[in-house]
Amino acid sequence: MSQATQAILAWPAAATPYADRVDVLFWAMTGICGLVTIGITLTIAYFCFRYRRGTQVDRKLPDLAAGRKRSRRIETVWIAVPFAFFLVFFGWGAKLYYAYDDPPRDALQIFVTAKQWMWKVEHSNGRREIDELHVPIGRPVKLVMTSQDVIHDFYVPAFREKRDVLPGRYTVLWFDPTVRGVFALRCDEYCGTSHSQMTGKVYVMSQDAYGRWLAGGDEQPTLARMGFDRFRELGCSGCHGPSSTLHAPSLAGLYGRSVPLADGSFVRFDDRYIRDKILQPARQIPAGYANDMPSFQGQVSEQDILELTAYLRSLADTSPDVPQGNHLR
Amino acid sequence: MNTAVAEGPATPAEGNYLTNGYSLWSWLTTTDHKRIAILYGLTITVFFFMGGAAATLMRIELISPTPLIMSAETYNKLFTAHGVIMVWFFLIPSIPATLGNFLLPMMVGAKDVALPRVNLLSWYVFVLGGCFVVATLIAGGIDTGWTLYTPYSTRFSHTTVVCGVAGVFVTGFSSIMTGLNFIVTVHRLRAPGLTWFRLPLFVWAIYATSIILVLATPVLAMTLVLLAMQRVFGIGIFDATLGGDPLLFQHMFWFYSHPAVYIMVLPAMGVASEVITCFARKPVFGYRTMAYAIAAIAAFGFMVWGHHMFVAGQSLYASLVFSFLSYVVAIPSAIKVFNWTATLYKGSITFEAPMLYALGFVGLFLVGGLTGLYLASLGMDADLSRTYFVVAHFHYIMVGGSVMAYFAGIHFWWPKITGRLYSEAWARLAAIVIFVGFNLTFFPQFILGIDGMPRRYFEYAPHFQFLNILSSAGASILAAGYVLPFVYLTWSALHGAAAADNPWGAKGLEWQTRSPPPVENFDAPPRIPVRPYDYDPEAAERERR
Repeated sequence: MSQATQAILAWPAAATPYADRVDVLFWAMTGICGLVTIGITLTIAYFCFRYRRGTQVDRKLPDLAAGRKRSRRIETVWIAVPFAFFLVFFGWGAKLYYAYDDPPRDALQIFVTAKQWMWKVEHSNGRREIDELHVPIGRPVKLVMTSQDVIHDFYVPAFREKRDVLPGRYTVLWFDPTVRGVFALRCDEYCGTSHSQMTGKVYVMSQDAYGRWLAGGDEQPTLARMGFDRFRELGCSGCHGPSSTLHAPSLAGLYGRSVPLADGSFVRFDDRYIRDKILQPARQIPAGYANDMPSFQGQVSEQDILELTAYLRSLADTSPDVPQGNHLR
Repeated sequence: MNTAVAEGPATPAEGNYLTNGYSLWSWLTTTDHKRIAILYGLTITVFFFMGGAAATLMRIELISPTPLIMSAETYNKLFTAHGVIMVWFFLIPSIPATLGNFLLPMMVGAKDVALPRVNLLSWYVFVLGGCFVVATLIAGGIDTGWTLYTPYSTRFSHTTVVCGVAGVFVTGFSSIMTGLNFIVTVHRLRAPGLTWFRLPLFVWAIYATSIILVLATPVLAMTLVLLAMQRVFGIGIFDATLGGDPLLFQHMFWFYSHPAVYIMVLPAMGVASEVITCFARKPVFGYRTMAYAIAAIAAFGFMVWGHHMFVAGQSLYASLVFSFLSYVVAIPSAIKVFNWTATLYKGSITFEAPMLYALGFVGLFLVGGLTGLYLASLGMDADLSRTYFVVAHFHYIMVGGSVMAYFAGIHFWWPKITGRLYSEAWARLAAIVIFVGFNLTFFPQFILGIDGMPRRYFEYAPHFQFLNILSSAGASILAAGYVLPFVYLTWSALHGAAAADNPWGAKGLEWQTRSPPPVENFDAPPRIPVRPYDYDPEAAERERR
């Protein structure tokens, strides 16, 4: 928040509008909870002083019935008033969390793979980095994250946000940085021996600098390009390719669309569904197709899945980048 | 302790539970709830100092942002040992198995618990579980954290996880047996005329705790069995690569482990209610509300476990519900703090050591409870979850709350248990030292968490060092504070002056009998008061003058 608080608390400055809003909530709660703590402590201290044994004060207790009636009234007040405050705290925190749950549709998508004990970051043009994340200022950034081994957690204190990174599924964290600078990234779910060294840096750069940075580095094939290679190497194209004679769906243009399933329901053809079909093809069979796809469990790495997904997404270039569903939160 | 009879002037010839056999065998085969309480008390004291030693080493290491006296592996094993020992081998049995065991039958006017042999068995099972933990430590310890999250604990940790888990699994059965015993005792063995609303709040608290022990502990047992099966046989309940779900483990783990917080804190609330009313010489404010609040905490405590998983990949809507319910469960806790405060109003207050510990409990529990409101809030939790803010928060509840109350209770009932007086001056000093040391240790950790320092970090960024040094300095004071009672209470047990039957002028049934009590608790059937806590501050003042 302000310079003063940073100096006193060594507090990381808020670097996103969301972080600013979290700080307002923090100070509101701290103000109220601080007053309550001081109030109750002083009351206890006052009672302890005034009613210590030996003081000449009125100690007459009301008779039982009257006392009970009065204490009921008092208790009603101190149930109702805290409850009202709690409702405000709950609503405020929930609103903040809820409003920022869904990433904007134009968010820049970046893939993060966590492993003991490093963060591997992959930009859509294929540029990779380790333990560093470069992002442009003023544009929402959506991280699609998964883990190769144990549970990790992507935590940037300056963004006041964190999200667990799990094996076997994608989680999403998004933020819209508005302050240029370098911010600490820390793993915040215990992940083994070098957990405390699984740290990194987030660079928030101007749009131009980010563009230059992205174009720099070694010439790398894009993720989608590598996905195309995987698609052939793993034999996907044998069934799903345009020249295939087998009864398997063509995947062109499917990304982001709703797919009818054999059981009559629908599923969105997105990152999660692609991943599920590669690993557990017997689940959620599309309508009109047999259950004859083999599982690639154990044959593909998280990286392969990322690349395949990027390739399939590139086949649907005409459709907008559809945000992920609820399961990715 | 054995010399108590020779010196105790108030002790008639027929003897008491301590003189009923002096051999080790007489202790190891006893079914007397009072002796079992002491067996438990000695055992958990050993574990308390083991867990405390682990904490001390951690705080020494954390003085420096870079490695100081140990490796990262050792550090990870230390915080695991600290958590496992303090949670399952100290805090959970602390008040229920010692003070609860000793006092519950007396408070309901009974000769013993309903199932005395099961009571002894529970201690042996507890010790067996402890043996597994000691064996685990000798084998090098485990490095999973006490939370044992999968898949780290099932596939990636190279330590003896199954042995450690076996210890926790086994000791769970002692919890279940103790809980069952107390439930039956309260239902079946209350003295004639002792209706539910004449029971002291301590009995209410232990009863509610027992219900949680019996309902929640089996879920932990199942979870640990599944974890061990996955680790040993590769059954993939929690393994994503085998179609399982690592989040399922967290759901099952916290389904036990959140109510476990109330296993630790409800008995503490019971102790505080007894002590504060006694030293304020005033009936507890809003007795029935206090009793209902205990029941409400026990009930709602089962429905808030998901607040440990707001950032873990849990569904948004589940998180909303768990957040709301977490605020609901805070209401009865708030009521209790207000009612303890109101109990002091128009009292005739004195400040013996139990009262100092109890007042310390109220203050620290208040801070622990209020900081819980931050973590119950979705927006705040997404920042503070798993940081040192959480560490500070739950230590305010479990150490500031439960351990302070445990000490309040030990001092309050010490004359009854041992028949001897402890040194009041030393005890007051220790209470103050512990209070100061505790705050200096854990308050800086709130700020560390707000600054973004994650928990379970062996190395940390240099700008966190100042607050870590403060915290370690506080820990050294706290450690000294905990050694003090160990010394003067041991001295008192051996050499303390004989205590009267009711040195505090307290109103509970347990004070109607001799100190130490006879084997069957009461020489004559106790008088059942019309209302509990029948204190009169005006009479207390007149007595003084």
